Amino acid sequence: MRHTISALVENKFGVLARVAGMFSGRGFNIDTLNVGPTHDPLYSRITITVLAEDETQLDQAIKQLDKLVNVIEVTHFDSSKSFVARELVMLKLKADASNRSEIIEIADIFRAKIVDVSPDSIVIEVTGNANKLRAFFELIKPFGIVEMARTGMVALPRGYKAED
Amino acid sequence: MKMTGADLVIRLLEREGIRLIAGIPGGANLPLYDALSRRPVIRHVLTRHEQAAGFIAQGMARSTGRPAVCLATSGPGATNILTAIADAKLDSIPVVCITGQVPSGLIGTDAFQEVDVFGMSLPVTKHNYLVQSAEELLTVIPEAFRIAISGRPGPVWIDIPKDVQLAEIAFDAWPDCGQADPVPEPRDEAATEAATMIASAQRPILYLGGGVIHSGAAEQAVELAERSHLPTVSTLMALGAMPTDHPQYLGMLGMHAAPFTNLALEECDLLIALGARFDDRATGKVAEFCPGAKVIHIDIDASELGKIRMPTLAVRADIGRFLKDLLPILPEDTRPRWNARVAELKTAHPMHMPGADDPAMPYGLIRAIARHAGRDAIVATDVGQHQMWTAQAFPLCRPRQWLTSGGLGTMGFGFPAALGAALSEPGCPVVCISGDGSFLMNNQEMVTAAEAGADLKVIIFNNQSLGLVHQQQTLFFGKRLIASKFQHGPDFAMMARAMGMEAVDLAHEPDIDSALARAFAMPGPVLINAPICVQQQVLPMVPPGGANRDMIRHTPALA
Repeated sequence: MRHTISALVENKFGVLARVAGMFSGRGFNIDTLNVGPTHDPLYSRITITVLAEDETQLDQAIKQLDKLVNVIEVTHFDSSKSFVARELVMLKLKADASNRSEIIEIADIFRAKIVDVSPDSIVIEVTGNANKLRAFFELIKPFGIVEMARTGMVALPRGYKAED
Repeated sequence: MKMTGADLVIRLLEREGIRLIAGIPGGANLPLYDALSRRPVIRHVLTRHEQAAGFIAQGMARSTGRPAVCLATSGPGATNILTAIADAKLDSIPVVCITGQVPSGLIGTDAFQEVDVFGMSLPVTKHNYLVQSAEELLTVIPEAFRIAISGRPGPVWIDIPKDVQLAEIAFDAWPDCGQADPVPEPRDEAATEAATMIASAQRPILYLGGGVIHSGAAEQAVELAERSHLPTVSTLMALGAMPTDHPQYLGMLGMHAAPFTNLALEECDLLIALGARFDDRATGKVAEFCPGAKVIHIDIDASELGKIRMPTLAVRADIGRFLKDLLPILPEDTRPRWNARVAELKTAHPMHMPGADDPAMPYGLIRAIARHAGRDAIVATDVGQHQMWTAQAFPLCRPRQWLTSGGLGTMGFGFPAALGAALSEPGCPVVCISGDGSFLMNNQEMVTAAEAGADLKVIIFNNQSLGLVHQQQTLFFGKRLIASKFQHGPDFAMMARAMGMEAVDLAHEPDIDSALARAFAMPGPVLINAPICVQQQVLPMVPPGGANRDMIRHTPALA
């Protein structure tokens, strides 16, 4: 099962290596990984989605992450907790005058943006959770994906959950 | 105040209470050595290989419980010392390893003697640093000591580029020394819950791990065993926490335990694990370990709780702190039926120690060494058959008396670790029990021991083989012996004398006991070569991956 873990870390030399090394060294598989600064330049947030076979394995990953000296706080977004998770994907499709409008129509339904157009290609930016992105790919794949880049999941707890 | 980064490092180490450092100088740490030369406070022991410097620091830390420091240069100095630091990580030993690094401007250019020490040491340390500026040293050094001794102890590595060592800095005040973080408070109800479980258990067993020693809680653990008359087993790391002649003591558990020990565990209905991590050498096949038992697991490291065996009651706590809550509320109990059953198992399935009275045989030799070394002696071992025989048979009576490489199982550990103990506890007799295979992995330190005049006796259990490999090939690989017999073994006594030590070769001694007496009466470092027969096996033995109840109890050929 896929789990989303968020770690608030000190913005220091080598922190990403510590986190990534802990996962690989203990045999956990990272599915997606996102790192970026927070509003406070002293801290960064690392969001990781992992595939864990059972609760024990997931529990171990979280505890080992929590043990790292530069890790301030670890949050596991399990299904019982309410959180928002988004991923940004950019993809380039083969597109010309014959199918461009059809692609734009699909993009509109998913509130995706067209960020670049050329005579034979189109670049789309789409954000969403895993389910929405999966549905979008299903529809867009037949047009021919040339290249794709995705950020990996970022997540935050919802406001009312964060209160308690 | 104004000084160079190197001077600052040495002054901060002095302030942390460091009085002895083992290491080897080289291009990238020369400013640190230069700073050492300017101060009379810290004594330096020059080893002949960096790995030994790491193990000397471990010997100091293990025997005293205080953090110790080792020093190496960049590149090969760092890669050489790495094994000793990985060893410290697996056994939770507070060692601070300081290496010189090529100047900051050259990092990443494949400079002479450059390796990525930060990346390399990351998975084998509790924490590590690549110091970016001399100012940073003011926080990094005390923090390194704080981390090494806080919670579950462990090694910390500080990599310092040469330009940082040479940089001049000015600062107003000395930083505070590294203090251990306060131990976490156990949950309020934890002790009550544990007391209830122990009181209602019919067949409980107390399982002591290295955490008991690290916590300084050996006395309290023994009190717990006595208060509730708990049969008690120990991991390799906890040997000495309970005196081996204690009536509640069942010895080491697991792969080389006495038959009655593993069979008692088989019957227990409550396992009380204190600072133990359910290592595979202790549990055997996990699914069949203590199959009918509930588990109380107390550990200061939350990630150990539920890692291998899901406990019924898990408490994240320092062992001593937890026992302070538990002992006063735990009802006294004599458990006559359970202790009678354990006594019955002891009689029916005793520990065989063939040759225990014959100093020409392994068990007999260990008993003889123990008599000559005295009750208070520190005993270090290497890794292999001699280590397991010593773990089974050496009478131990106090924590920190026993120095052995448990988690990593590093051959070559024993002699430098014993040297570290001899240097930090000069009044205390120190013996190293080693094997001919292990000893050759750090034998160059005989010169260091001779130079230091360390009072230290090393006994080589010499079977001209990698004995435990030989044993496994004999038992589990159809007696196909490959690469486990040495074609040519050195004359160890001659080696020792060539390196400035005294030596006694039991091969030429008609009376082993009086030869041992003579060797132990000699001052300074002495090597004792003790030929033993390679057919001698460490038994019982649980085949790797097997359940602890299925022990090989007799040598098949001799049975």
